[in-house]
Amino acid sequence: MPMTKTRAKSGFALSNIGSVASQGVVLAIALFFVYLLFTNTQENLALRGIESGFAFLDKEAGLPIGDSLIAYTPMRSYGYAFLVGILNTLFVSVLAIILSTILGVFVGIARVSNNWLLAKVAAVYVETLRNLPLLLTLFFVYSVVLAALPHPREAIELLEGVYLSKRGFYLPRPLAEPGFWTFLIAALIAFALGLAFWRWAALHKVRTGKTLPGFWGGLGIFIVLTGLAYLITGRPVGSELPVYAGFNFKGGLAMKPEFASLLIGLVLYTAAYIGENVRSGIQSVEAGQIEAANALGVSNTVVTRKVLLPQALRVTIPATTNDYASLVKNSSLAVAIGYPDMVSIGGTIIGQNGQAVEIIAMWMAVYLTINLIISLGMNALNARVQHAER
Amino acid sequence: MTVEPIIFQPTPASPAPSSKVGAVAWLRANLFGGWKDTVVTIALLAILLVTVPKLIGWMFVRATFLGDADACRLAGGACWPFIVDKFNVLMLGVYPQELGWRPGIAAIALIVLAALTYTNRMRGIVLIVAWAILPFFALIMIGGAFGMREVDQSLWGGLMLSILLALVGVIVSIPLGVMLALGRYYGSPVVKSLCIAFIELLRGVPLITILFMASVMMPLFLPPDLVINNLLRIQIAMILFSAAYMAEVVRGGLQAIPAGQTEASLALGVTRRHTIAFVIVPQALRHVLPPLIGRCIALFKDTSLVIIVGLLDFLGMIKNAALDTSWLGFQAEAYVFAAVVYWSICYSLSLYGRELERRGPSAQKR
Repeated sequence: MPMTKTRAKSGFALSNIGSVASQGVVLAIALFFVYLLFTNTQENLALRGIESGFAFLDKEAGLPIGDSLIAYTPMRSYGYAFLVGILNTLFVSVLAIILSTILGVFVGIARVSNNWLLAKVAAVYVETLRNLPLLLTLFFVYSVVLAALPHPREAIELLEGVYLSKRGFYLPRPLAEPGFWTFLIAALIAFALGLAFWRWAALHKVRTGKTLPGFWGGLGIFIVLTGLAYLITGRPVGSELPVYAGFNFKGGLAMKPEFASLLIGLVLYTAAYIGENVRSGIQSVEAGQIEAANALGVSNTVVTRKVLLPQALRVTIPATTNDYASLVKNSSLAVAIGYPDMVSIGGTIIGQNGQAVEIIAMWMAVYLTINLIISLGMNALNARVQHAER
Repeated sequence: MTVEPIIFQPTPASPAPSSKVGAVAWLRANLFGGWKDTVVTIALLAILLVTVPKLIGWMFVRATFLGDADACRLAGGACWPFIVDKFNVLMLGVYPQELGWRPGIAAIALIVLAALTYTNRMRGIVLIVAWAILPFFALIMIGGAFGMREVDQSLWGGLMLSILLALVGVIVSIPLGVMLALGRYYGSPVVKSLCIAFIELLRGVPLITILFMASVMMPLFLPPDLVINNLLRIQIAMILFSAAYMAEVVRGGLQAIPAGQTEASLALGVTRRHTIAFVIVPQALRHVLPPLIGRCIALFKDTSLVIIVGLLDFLGMIKNAALDTSWLGFQAEAYVFAAVVYWSICYSLSLYGRELERRGPSAQKR
């Protein structure tokens, strides 16, 4: 591509390679600055009687955590408590990424819909959420919307076993009964068979030119075989329903209000941004292409799959990568509503023993790692949808 | 015998069929295009018909505009006297009430300058200088100097603090961001790596951790006898954070300038330094004005995070007001008011951003 070449040249013409000596001076100043920070910190820590180093991670934490994915008691170590925080951060981020992607795609499609009312409603949604601080949205969901729900005694029952109350949301917990593992293996085999059929159908089309319903056939194979396996292994998935007892629900899966508000806030906020990416992706495809495909008699589904999506994704995916990274960083706002994520637990540890340097270094290490993983994954996806440049 | 020339007489165009024009056609095209469209429209209308009247009823019809908390509870709607009662605190925090005119003057200066900028009455170097002076003027008016009574920074709060943090943050971080971007784009390998490390480190972590760093860790970094107050530390953190993002925006602008500009300038004998300062940077900045406005909006929204490290900005004051025992139960009003204020400011900025995009260099090319 000629543009890239000239750009590189423009940068080169002006770039300041300079002498080795001048670079050495810059480096020396930077190193001296770091050295100054280091000695100051040592001195200050000694003055305040704060230990340094990561030895504290093995000490007993003694801090209660309201919401944990793994078994936790305050007797466990600081390191373990921090791990609970990391898992909570990851859990809420992954769930929010999945849900906001689904909602964002709907919003983006609604924005360009021919239906005037739908497009307007989606526009109002996007413009409202994008122009409010996320923290305000979180506070609003936490202390206005969820607080308006009824007490567990009069909880709203959405479906059987699904309850909404101001103490949180309750869902049935799936239980593995005898034969579950056999069933799981059978389901995986069925999935592999379905996938194999889909691939085979694609190859068959290349060889013979005949189109087979590869995707739907594969899905059918998967569903039928899994259903059969479910019946043969004696229906091995049960459920435990939440039951109202005393002052609150017992059993089932509980979603605390802090977690629910964080998830709802993150999803609503990020979906507005993803919706805009989807909209600009769709609008980047020239209308002439769609019209040409329609004129050639290509069906609407195929136009969407083969003309619209591949080109729209080229615009949508890079922008969405940034939004996913922001979402993970924004999950740190959990600290403001009391969901024990990594920042919230780390903040409590700093309050207890003052080892701010170590905790902040750990935060940064974890966030940088997560961001790196997201950009690696999304770059791999992006490489698959971009043009092969000549 | 003469032949009458036959003159072609076109029949006048008949009007468009009635099914293609008018309100009915519009409805059919835009709301009831097919059975799917009809279902969506009816479902949305049903939802709107249930929620919108309820919302209007709460906000206006059943709302109380004058009276006290008991009158509000009796009426059952929104309680706006609560906001009126708290208005000063929400705007200024615990800033001395009798000196409220000083931030008021700073606010008027900000509004006048914003209006002059928006209407394009003021431009060029005068505009830049005016915006560069504004934060200092605001700091002097709020903090007090030249014989005005000094007001301690621990008393600054409310919307005033949010706007001040954002204003100082934006105006200081733009030049810093330009320098970082230049270092990353044109710098020697050492400078380049230092700039990249700084930018990527700050962009890779959440603002909260940087604010924590400023409020808990920065005192450890500094010599023991140098004490910087909390507000200034947090302001510095926001400036550095914002600068990293500004740098990436500016880098996009640098990349958009064609190589011919550099080559022409160097060929005319202009030095490297002057080429960057007077040829490249001004054009690059013009290119990235709309995304820079986007970063301003983001920074203004981000100022709400300072409540986590103990400053009482606008959102912090809203949260406090909602917990006041004499006005208990009116949280929704407080948050709706906050939403209206934040939204108006951010939305008007984003409208200005779109306006710049329309006027800007990339629009002229198309």
